Amino acid sequence: MFNHGTLERHSLLLVAAILVVVAIGGIVEIAPLFYLESTIEKVQGMRPYTPLELAGRKIYIREGCYVCHSQMIRPLRDEVERYGHYSLAAESIYDHPFQWGSKRTGPDLARVGAKYSDEWHRAHLVDPRSVVPESVMPPYRFLENTELSFDAAGELAANRMVGVPYSDDMVASARADLIAQATPDDEGQDAFKKRYPKAEARDFDGDPKRITEMDALVAYLQMLGTLVDFKTYQADAPENRR
Amino acid sequence: MQPTTGTQPASFELVSVPVAFVLFLLLAFVVAAQTPDPLMAIQAWTFVAGIGITLGWFAKRYSEGVPEDDRGAYANDIVKAGVVASMFWGIAGMLVGVVIALQLAFPTLFYFDALPELNFGRLRPLHTSAVIFAFGGNVLLATSFYVVQRTSKARLAFGLWPWFVFWGYQIFILVAGTGYLLGVSQGREYAEPEWYADLWLTLVWVVYLLVFLGTLWKRKEPHIYVANWFYLAFIVTVAMLHIVNNLAVPVSWIGIKSYSAFAGVQDALTQWWYGHNAVGFFLTAGFLAIMYYFIPKQAERPVYSYRLSIVHFWSLIFLYIWAGPHHLHYTALPVWAQTLGMTFSIMLWMPSWGGMINGLMTLSGAWDKLRTDPVLRMLVVSVAFYGMSTFEGPVMSIKAVNSLSHYTDWTIGHVHSGALGWVGFVSFGALYCLTPWLWRRQRLYSLSLVEWHFWVSTIGIVFYITAMWVSGIMQGLMWRAYNEFGFLEYSFVETVEAMHPYYIIRAFGGLLYLSGAFIMVYNLYRTARGDVRESEPLTLKPQLAAA
Repeated sequence: MFNHGTLERHSLLLVAAILVVVAIGGIVEIAPLFYLESTIEKVQGMRPYTPLELAGRKIYIREGCYVCHSQMIRPLRDEVERYGHYSLAAESIYDHPFQWGSKRTGPDLARVGAKYSDEWHRAHLVDPRSVVPESVMPPYRFLENTELSFDAAGELAANRMVGVPYSDDMVASARADLIAQATPDDEGQDAFKKRYPKAEARDFDGDPKRITEMDALVAYLQMLGTLVDFKTYQADAPENRR
Repeated sequence: MQPTTGTQPASFELVSVPVAFVLFLLLAFVVAAQTPDPLMAIQAWTFVAGIGITLGWFAKRYSEGVPEDDRGAYANDIVKAGVVASMFWGIAGMLVGVVIALQLAFPTLFYFDALPELNFGRLRPLHTSAVIFAFGGNVLLATSFYVVQRTSKARLAFGLWPWFVFWGYQIFILVAGTGYLLGVSQGREYAEPEWYADLWLTLVWVVYLLVFLGTLWKRKEPHIYVANWFYLAFIVTVAMLHIVNNLAVPVSWIGIKSYSAFAGVQDALTQWWYGHNAVGFFLTAGFLAIMYYFIPKQAERPVYSYRLSIVHFWSLIFLYIWAGPHHLHYTALPVWAQTLGMTFSIMLWMPSWGGMINGLMTLSGAWDKLRTDPVLRMLVVSVAFYGMSTFEGPVMSIKAVNSLSHYTDWTIGHVHSGALGWVGFVSFGALYCLTPWLWRRQRLYSLSLVEWHFWVSTIGIVFYITAMWVSGIMQGLMWRAYNEFGFLEYSFVETVEAMHPYYIIRAFGGLLYLSGAFIMVYNLYRTARGDVRESEPLTLKPQLAAA
């Protein structure tokens, strides 16, 4: 008959027992997500972030935007009407880390892309209360004065190491692509569009002379939730039932 | 009973820890010199400064020979240091909490264009980390080092290495905290520090586990006391969670940025497996250990039920790990995982209340002390708050409830009923016990100041939680409200506007709670100095040094 006193007298036995007991839940819940095919829907349109968008995402994380903004629309009537189609697992497959968030002090941003103009985003980031008087968001005026510093090739290579399918070509041309996306008349435009089909290239910060952190953040915000082609997505198809 | 002489520490024990620090100092110098990344340079110099302070402290401590404390039967100075660090970080973390509460209440007054360091997005991780890991962590370090020695009748193991844990942990806090202000963040809630700080913490934590285990190995009691089971579960599990959740690939070995090993849905569940069990093992198991030592000690009664201790310990640690998915209800996480998470969260109610009952019923036959001993009252009320928030938690994990509560202030209120009521009060109770015990004072400077602390803070909690209940439920209902034509009734920003009065009330509640903490710090400072408030007779509650 097992006696609890045995555990109380042998510290390493106690530690081993604790480890076994606390390991079970995680193994049962998390491990299957890595191999069950039903975990992530089959969709069309997902592509890795462009270097400029990735730089914007880095700023989004740096500023802690996720503490007030979710990027996860739940399949509830009011959320779908307010924000758009509910979020799919497939939409965050290149997100290292995920930015689903846990609190909406501000609105969800999963599909904020293309909803507002670049001018609106700039005005809002510089002084949120100039466009939304009731807002409690901090001001981010410094973004438009801060030149973007981003080791594009290095950051893409690190993402590739954790599984994002950047090609050698994309890593090698990362710097050129970053410049091309923020500079509409840049000669690298065609090559950029070939590597990142349907990515928007324009002067996001309204200052054609330089590439600022505002360029990167607005480029990131403007693509959020715009990738998946919902015309080809069938929520009721058996492979998408989860 | 108490052995009066310990052994002189061997000279290699005295040297090994400073040498280890010097090696890391050199490493930090190399990084600071080599990195092209200005933020990494600041972080490396911060590391240098932290180790410099540590080495200076070592030099001062050992400049006139080996201090008495190093030869005593118990290492007390390190617990004293933990008590002081707890008070310092507690005040700092709560102060930042009040500031960010004021930012949401009065955004035009508390944001500055030229100071992005003080924006909400950077200060909130500073607040959460400061109160959880800096304040809570130091309380756990101090109490665990105190309790494991007393319940094992053995001095802390491995010479000066406990000091490596203490100072290493403070350096981690310093690097992580200043990093948040600079915008260094992994973007994982409650795990914001970047990869190098994570590696450093891992090292410190492994030494912590070894010191704790080494002390248990020297014990003169055949059985490991129940509080130590909880401390062990806390140390071991936090190590597991921390390592797995922070798996990442750095962009450069001399740069700050790293990318998580996981993405999207897998990353989300890994993070909340970590996040919820930071609550379960850092803020619950560790503080239950405090409950299991300090309540019986202060009430002078044995733990209510040995059998209940066993049942609730194993069921608590087994069930807690499964509860993470309730943070991801109705998200893109597969439904089977959500359902599992909800089921285990509801089951978790039972072991939680098992622990609460074991703590409260320890007062059997001593309930009258609640009237005369405000320290014991603080400890007991903390357990009552624990019972309240561990009931609220399972309710909120039910998907139908969660669809309303998620993303709202209700979650913030729930967290704070646990954090302020349970973790805060049980910590304050332990600090009120430890200070007179460690500094060998007959009693606290003033018991009526403890009364003031108790009531000011309790009223603060009530303001805080009720404001968040009202604002959270109201905002959740406003988001889903439809008008007579079938359109959404409110725009998002109208629901933000409606929060304004509750954000003011919340800030006021937080300010009261912070004021209470200031009262405690003053009281403990006077106690450590050896003062006794003259208007209070000594006989009110003699607090003799613990055996």
